[in-house]
Amino acid sequence: MRILAVSGSLRRDSHNTQLLRAAIEAAPEGVEVELWEGLGDLPLYDQDLDTSEPVESVRRLREAWSAADAILFATPEYNGSVPGGLKNAIDWASRPLREAALTNQTVSVIGASTGQFGAMWAQQDLRRILGLAGARVVGDELPVARVHEKLDHDGRLLDAELFERLRLVLETLASAAVPLAA
Amino acid sequence: MSILESTKQFAPAGTWAADPVHSNVSFEVGYAGVNTFRGSFTDFQATLTGGDTPSLEGSAKVASVDVKDEAFNGHLQSPDFFDAERYPEISFTATELRRNEDNTVEGSGELTIKGVTQPIELTGTIAAAPATDPMGRERLGLSLETAIDRTQYGVSWNAPNQSGGDYVGNDVKLIVELAFLKAAE
Repeated sequence: MRILAVSGSLRRDSHNTQLLRAAIEAAPEGVEVELWEGLGDLPLYDQDLDTSEPVESVRRLREAWSAADAILFATPEYNGSVPGGLKNAIDWASRPLREAALTNQTVSVIGASTGQFGAMWAQQDLRRILGLAGARVVGDELPVARVHEKLDHDGRLLDAELFERLRLVLETLASAAVPLAA
Repeated sequence: MSILESTKQFAPAGTWAADPVHSNVSFEVGYAGVNTFRGSFTDFQATLTGGDTPSLEGSAKVASVDVKDEAFNGHLQSPDFFDAERYPEISFTATELRRNEDNTVEGSGELTIKGVTQPIELTGTIAAAPATDPMGRERLGLSLETAIDRTQYGVSWNAPNQSGGDYVGNDVKLIVELAFLKAAE
């Protein structure tokens, strides 16, 4: 079982990316979590560019998101919602309609902020957007508030309870992603 | 069947298969809190067996849902709604069928949507007697409807109206109009 981890933040020391690095460590047995880092390479979605031979960054996005058994998204909250860059990647991955990388892909959403709400609004919006894009959204939100207090200077997770909750998120996601018997 | 029984035989003996062109399998749901929205399934089958122990079973392909808009059809097939990839069919099996003197019918059965099976009650009407069409085939009409709560089947997507309440109703009416053709003996 291979789960792709997608951070909504491009910042080098992003808390959400660090949270996903912790998820790699927290992965239950039989589950491999791999960080996807192509977000910043994508052009802005433009239907004129969405041809049968899209640019390399889009081709790689679609290939990686489609090949994964499941995707774990971690989103920060910008102005009360999902960062534009992450929304842009989802827009690319939601086309072509009904045959897209996100169609029937099993996904979960977590999110972190330095404030007291843990990117809750962004997570709610992201779940709605992913559902409309055709994905199977499973599990509950995991709002990580005051995330900077839960990571050390090197971005390692200090909070044992949060580590356990990440493991549970991955367990739920992995079990939902098991294909149905034919 | 004894003549002392008050109910008629549900349908004449034999196997009756729904003619897909002249039959309809549709649903009605409240929309935006102010009107009723209709959609249908275009690929379905139904078989009625008449005689002393009547039976009725049918199924519809979720991928054939038709609401007149390609993007909306796609959303209905996604995991937000029917999850067609995992649950490609909606199916029904009657457990009881009764016909009254006035040709109204009642029944019960089990409806499976999105892998969830729930008991339902049916009401409807049946043609007084079969007719023979211009091609010499025996035809029989049966109309049935039932009301379900879609959230009980996990078909729960919704959005709030800006003026309050939900965009899509939870109570759904299922309406089937079956134009049966008698199968060759």
